[in-house]
Amino acid sequence: MSVVCTAFPVAPGFDCPSLALDSAQVARGRALARKIAKEVQQFTEVRSTVAIERTVLRLFGVEGATDGEVPLCNVCVDQLQVAGRLTAGIAQPFCAAMLATGLQPTELALEVAAGRLDLASFAGPHAPDPAVLQLGRTLANGGLDRIAAQRQQRDAFQARLGCGVQPLRYVIVASGNIYEDVVQARVAARQGADIIAVIRSTGQSLLDYVPEGATTEGFGGTFATQDNFRLMRAALDEVGEELGRYIRLCNYASGLCMPEIACMGAFERLDMMLNDALYGILFRDINMQRTLCDQRVSRRLSALAGLVINTGEDNYLTTADAIEAAHTVVASTLINEALARAAGLETGQLGLGHAMEVNPLIENSLSYELAQAMLIRTLFPGAPLKFMPPTKHMTGNVMRGHVQDAMFNLVGVATGQGIQLLGMATEAMHTPHMHDRYWALESANLIFAGGRALGSELAIKAGGSIEKRAQATLTEALGLLEEIAAEGLMTALSRGHFADIKRSPDGGRGQDGVFERAENYWDPSEALLSERLIAAQQLHADGSAHDPYAGGAA
Amino acid sequence: MSKHPTQTPPGPSLVPLRGAGKGPRPVNLQAVRAYGDTLDDGQMMLSFALPVPFSEEAKEAGRELCRKMGLLEPQVYHAHDLGEGFTYLTIYARNPHTVDFTKISVPKLDARRLDRHGVEALWAEHMTRKIRILGACTGDDAHTVGIDAILNVKGYHGEKGLEAYKCFEVKNLGAQVSNDVLLQEARAFAADAILVSQVVTQKDCHRSNLAALIDLAEAEGLRAGITYVCGGPRLSHAIALELGFDAGFGAGTTPTEVASFVVQAVVRERQP
Repeated sequence: MSVVCTAFPVAPGFDCPSLALDSAQVARGRALARKIAKEVQQFTEVRSTVAIERTVLRLFGVEGATDGEVPLCNVCVDQLQVAGRLTAGIAQPFCAAMLATGLQPTELALEVAAGRLDLASFAGPHAPDPAVLQLGRTLANGGLDRIAAQRQQRDAFQARLGCGVQPLRYVIVASGNIYEDVVQARVAARQGADIIAVIRSTGQSLLDYVPEGATTEGFGGTFATQDNFRLMRAALDEVGEELGRYIRLCNYASGLCMPEIACMGAFERLDMMLNDALYGILFRDINMQRTLCDQRVSRRLSALAGLVINTGEDNYLTTADAIEAAHTVVASTLINEALARAAGLETGQLGLGHAMEVNPLIENSLSYELAQAMLIRTLFPGAPLKFMPPTKHMTGNVMRGHVQDAMFNLVGVATGQGIQLLGMATEAMHTPHMHDRYWALESANLIFAGGRALGSELAIKAGGSIEKRAQATLTEALGLLEEIAAEGLMTALSRGHFADIKRSPDGGRGQDGVFERAENYWDPSEALLSERLIAAQQLHADGSAHDPYAGGAA
Repeated sequence: MSKHPTQTPPGPSLVPLRGAGKGPRPVNLQAVRAYGDTLDDGQMMLSFALPVPFSEEAKEAGRELCRKMGLLEPQVYHAHDLGEGFTYLTIYARNPHTVDFTKISVPKLDARRLDRHGVEALWAEHMTRKIRILGACTGDDAHTVGIDAILNVKGYHGEKGLEAYKCFEVKNLGAQVSNDVLLQEARAFAADAILVSQVVTQKDCHRSNLAALIDLAEAEGLRAGITYVCGGPRLSHAIALELGFDAGFGAGTTPTEVASFVVQAVVRERQP
């Protein structure tokens, strides 16, 4: 295991009460999750997608868009796909064309966009020749070096300014205009925010391209673009330097451009990405083959970048009942963990998601929430778990909402959560106003300071309702994992095991962008990335996943 | 308000702060003021930020803004430096303005509130086939929590959703459905009612999107004969009518409220 603090201290910043769980069940759950993940990996390793090929070009250094605002990466990949020559990958024809023309990556892409160059005419029937191999490796290494350099820079920042104290205070900005977002983010940082998440414009997850440039129009959020990433990064570095804290930046590597956005985020030193193996399938009706392939590449890049991924299990409870469906969250976090490990992500990069969504008006709702929060905490020692605030039961009654969020903050600090997405009293009504965020941060500051040592002082009553509830949920999760492992993840998704939503393997958006790799498929970044992850001991020498939790819950 | 008898004698022309006399004074419904702890004190709380640096001047600017709104005696209870040249203020002030409650008119749903049994009974009385309901979150909106709460069997607030009713055949198209796809589906499904959920409201995109649906429906000849219903936290029946819908539902709406309206509207539509 790497011992460098990249994003989070390996241990939580404080203690939490211990919860007695059946360790044989925990070990069985993990083994089942690994089996499920392995099957997914075997499926994805022999496939690629248009988004993955565009990511290869981004690593090569292709940037920018045509006058008509079509990204050059899309132009190139689309040209080859239309010609029916994409199954061997974009890398070989692209590198061959560069050698033939003497052009740089973006220059070449501009020629393609101008209609003066046909990449298909450079697509060879066999494995790439040595000159192409060498150029591909040089270009891919250039992109991977950019990512590694940003990771080093983050390490340097955090060595100087610290990693922050958990639970880290995470707030969103969502004005639609990156310049307003910057103002909102800087204010939030001054009020105590540790993490700024820029919510994306609604609908971006379904775009099969990443928009270009700094954007000032968006609905419910702001477009994720490389320029927007850069503007926000610079603003947070500046204000963080002044405050003496490293302010983390979060965005979304999800939807149809999952690996591309992970790559662009890694280039611009984002620190976190919403990145879930199942979320897009369930909640955005993205084709499951597409998302499962894309998540693998996005997570491998995140592993290299030292990015923390945030998974989206919290969302299951926004559609399904929080008490009845609690076990689906547990099962899904175990699957997400196994898939993340397979991609080389370390414990400190696993921001596994869960939520506080039990109806607050029922009696003992807090006991249910404590049981669930402690169960997830106990299953993933050291992982910076992401705890999501009440959303389903927020009503526009801002005073009650503020109290619900306060209870959430108390549960978060007492159970040692890593990343606390602060609830907004105005949730369900509008995207946060500047002072909504101030209310939220003031509440969190007060409760986190006051409750800092609570977790280490309290003990959970043996055989009491909290312990029983947690154990029952784990048992139920194990049952679900047995079913999924027996039938395979894709079948399980088509049967509606998660969030009461059913998706078919051939349904949803983006399937036309998935293809089986031809025998002569080549992506030079794939092997180079594996080498780097192995060298950093994020993967075993044979490319298999580390399993630091082996032997049950630590 | 219950402790005040609701007569309408001539109200006081000034805002009294004390000396209410024996027993509660009656509320003058023709001149109603905000209430803090004394009738007609006009007390209000305001909460807002100003894009000026935290200072005495910022507080005075907040008070001045209140005076410009016609509020009296604005008092800054709390001021906070948000940084970056912004100040947050909580202000209490007295509002001397009145409204004539007897002249207030709000459009209300033209439907009795039925329970699930009542909905199914009314349907059975008038129809032999199921009522076809098509639901969607339209435009860019990806938030299906509202439409799901109304339509899915699981329902909301202890009430089953419309899928659970034997009188409804429900098709939920889910998130991010464009208006033209919705209407194509409506034609293919021969929908009796269309339920549109709009949660994202930034820059009033919900209003333009909903209005565009009705325009398109009219152009396609699909407005008549179909009951159009919209719902979302920032919608109301009044807004829905304004946008050309038959009904609108706001936050906290339960499935039976929607079912009651839909069954009555569809039955009425089919009367000769």
